Amino acid sequence: METFWFAAVSVMLAVYVVLDGFDFGVGILHRFVARTDEERRTVLSAIGPWWDGNEVWLIAGGGVLFFAFPRGYAAAFSGFYLPLMIVLWLLILRGMAIELRSHHENPLWREFWDSTFSFASVLMAVVLGTALGNVIRGVPVDASGYFAIPLFTDFRPGPQPGVFDWYTLLVGVFTLCVLAGHGALFLVWKTTGPVQERSRVLAWRAWSTAVPLWVLATLATAWLDPPLFANLWARPWTLILAILVLVSLVSVFYCQWQRRELAAFLASSLFLLSILAATMAGNYPNLLRSTLDPAFNVTVENAAAGRYGLQVGLVWWGIGIILAVVYFLFLFRSFRGKVKPPTPGHGY
Amino acid sequence: MDGIAWARFQFAFTVTFHYLFPQLTMGLALLLVLLKGLALWKRDERYNQTVRFWARIFGINFALGVVTGIPLEFQFGTNWAKLSSFSGGVIGQTLAMEGVFAFFLESTFLGLFLFGERQLGPRGHFTAALALFLGSWLSGYFIIASNAFLQHPVAYRMVDGSLQLADFWTFLFNPWALWQYAHNMCASVVTASFVLASVGAVWILMGKHADVARICLRTGVVTGLVFTLFLLFPTGDQQGKLIAQHQRVTLAAMEGVFQSGPNAELAIIGQPDVKKRQLENPIVVPGVLSFLAYGTFGSTVYGLNDFPEDQWPDNVELLYYVYHIMVGLGTIFLVILAWAGWLLLRGKLETSRPMLWILLLAMPFPYIATTAGWWTAELGRQPWVVWGLLRTVDAASPSVNAGNVVFTSLGFMGLYLVLGMLGFYLAVREVERGPVPSEEANRELHSSIRPTTAASTE
Repeated sequence: METFWFAAVSVMLAVYVVLDGFDFGVGILHRFVARTDEERRTVLSAIGPWWDGNEVWLIAGGGVLFFAFPRGYAAAFSGFYLPLMIVLWLLILRGMAIELRSHHENPLWREFWDSTFSFASVLMAVVLGTALGNVIRGVPVDASGYFAIPLFTDFRPGPQPGVFDWYTLLVGVFTLCVLAGHGALFLVWKTTGPVQERSRVLAWRAWSTAVPLWVLATLATAWLDPPLFANLWARPWTLILAILVLVSLVSVFYCQWQRRELAAFLASSLFLLSILAATMAGNYPNLLRSTLDPAFNVTVENAAAGRYGLQVGLVWWGIGIILAVVYFLFLFRSFRGKVKPPTPGHGY
Repeated sequence: MDGIAWARFQFAFTVTFHYLFPQLTMGLALLLVLLKGLALWKRDERYNQTVRFWARIFGINFALGVVTGIPLEFQFGTNWAKLSSFSGGVIGQTLAMEGVFAFFLESTFLGLFLFGERQLGPRGHFTAALALFLGSWLSGYFIIASNAFLQHPVAYRMVDGSLQLADFWTFLFNPWALWQYAHNMCASVVTASFVLASVGAVWILMGKHADVARICLRTGVVTGLVFTLFLLFPTGDQQGKLIAQHQRVTLAAMEGVFQSGPNAELAIIGQPDVKKRQLENPIVVPGVLSFLAYGTFGSTVYGLNDFPEDQWPDNVELLYYVYHIMVGLGTIFLVILAWAGWLLLRGKLETSRPMLWILLLAMPFPYIATTAGWWTAELGRQPWVVWGLLRTVDAASPSVNAGNVVFTSLGFMGLYLVLGMLGFYLAVREVERGPVPSEEANRELHSSIRPTTAASTE
């Protein structure tokens, strides 16, 4: 039962990364792929119907974490106090930037919000990657079941690390590249003309940078030696995930080369899903690994809510997720096809 | 102020600011369904124009509600970790259900409702409005059900020092939740009605948009009157009886009662002096409090003197005032709306300049009343965060120091100041611009003010 909820939370958060990941990627590249005001509006139109719904996956995933593992939620959210507040402010800024930029014709106003959008998207991507790095590396949970972690210390991962150290920053930069590539593939799929051409070039570059970074991050993880790889080795079925990661990564390049736009985007989505699934499977049964003593680990057993509540949740969660998937498919159908540039004369 | 006080301040500030937006969108969602239904039924284009105008206001408020709502869910974990770990097994249910059931529904249908009128056709557009209404009212229920558990815990089991759910349906349909929800949603519709009536009054006074203005004014007055009546009776009355039954010390503090006894007086006006334990300059009605609380004039109402001070709400004065402000304003709304309704019946509403001015100026007051109502609920529960089970002082995050909470509180205050100004500016600009005559013109306007979604629906 606890294992099911661990998987459910992991999947919801992974779906969040795939979905909001593409609009972060679009935000990262916004100023490079779209030069004129019309192009920028086209790019924003591509993510317009999505970004709000995408963020709901974070809220819903967080809600399910709260419900299924109250103690894990409490420890993680209070421990990562400042980074989470930064995430909140970035999300607010991003939302404002997307919705407000076109309320005024003044080019300075628009430039300001476009830059805010890109700035917040870049930082969000790095922070998400850093969060993942923290989960792999572990945090200083003590006997009380809580921890407090500063933003940074000496940038070395030790028993008392900061949120940002060289390892988590490496994962953060890797995430930045992957999400930029992911967003670029989304734009290649949804747009036409010069925006699409620029996205195509940038997608190739971002993914080419991401691969060496990935190798580096994997080596660094092996060197730090959390129980991640040992766990994966002990669970042979996770080999499937590893194969998926490799296959999807190769497909990302192959589909780009073949100019199969939707396939390339789906391949990069699959890459994100499988690499996150593999990480979470390697971390199981830990929600938070203690850097001080394995006895302090926050695990699915010691953090779970009561069994009755978890069983009841199974029913409504199942119904709710099916509904959510139906809504998303409906949205995909409603907004299918390429985004047309906003018609000239419509208010501009 | 210590760490706890700052954490309380931060939650109070962010939740009060946040709730300015959903109280309008939830009420407005119902009115939009109503107006859209009237447009379909009467085949009257003027109702569609009204809907399109309010949909734009809805969109702005909804966006602000979303971005200010996310910090609240986060704060349970960041600032109130002990509360989360203690009660997450129960209230986590409804908070997670809100995300899974309400937010996905809302985020999907918002764009379709705002920008998909042409694609969806009249019936489809009505359905989208209905889905949006359902989503926002569901969202409200899950939040109220979580709050009701904190006020009146039911269906739980204590295991190893934390709470577990014992019975799902009893928890979900907590009697406290049902009355609190009914009361709260009535208040939400009253806010939306006043906003509608007020904007209608502005346009009539300015001599603009006569057709739409009349619809707004009339709809606002009628729904406002009906829901203000519901607000007082039965919902407010029942809510009060629940407090009288389960939170006696809260009732005493709200009403400023220090001395226990039968034939308890209802204080209309007066200032509580907690040190001297008496109400100063009171104007009272004898016996009424006993009657309202327990049904007979002879019933005993317990005063604060009967409870040890560590059981008292920790801010008796503020609790007393916000409660009286809420009730006082509710009564004034009833008088204004009854008078406006009477003018409407006699066909004189649109020509009565004093009434139009009153309705115009009344707009902020339902917001104040709702805020005061929620403060009553939250201050009244003190010193408990989960009534009788967990004290607020024991609920904060052990690993977060006061300085961090001060820093982030300042951050929220600054950010929300900017958000508030932008939101106010955009809303005022929409009211100035007014309704647009046709669906095509509306689309053009949309693609200029919010290109993101408008362009992609073309």
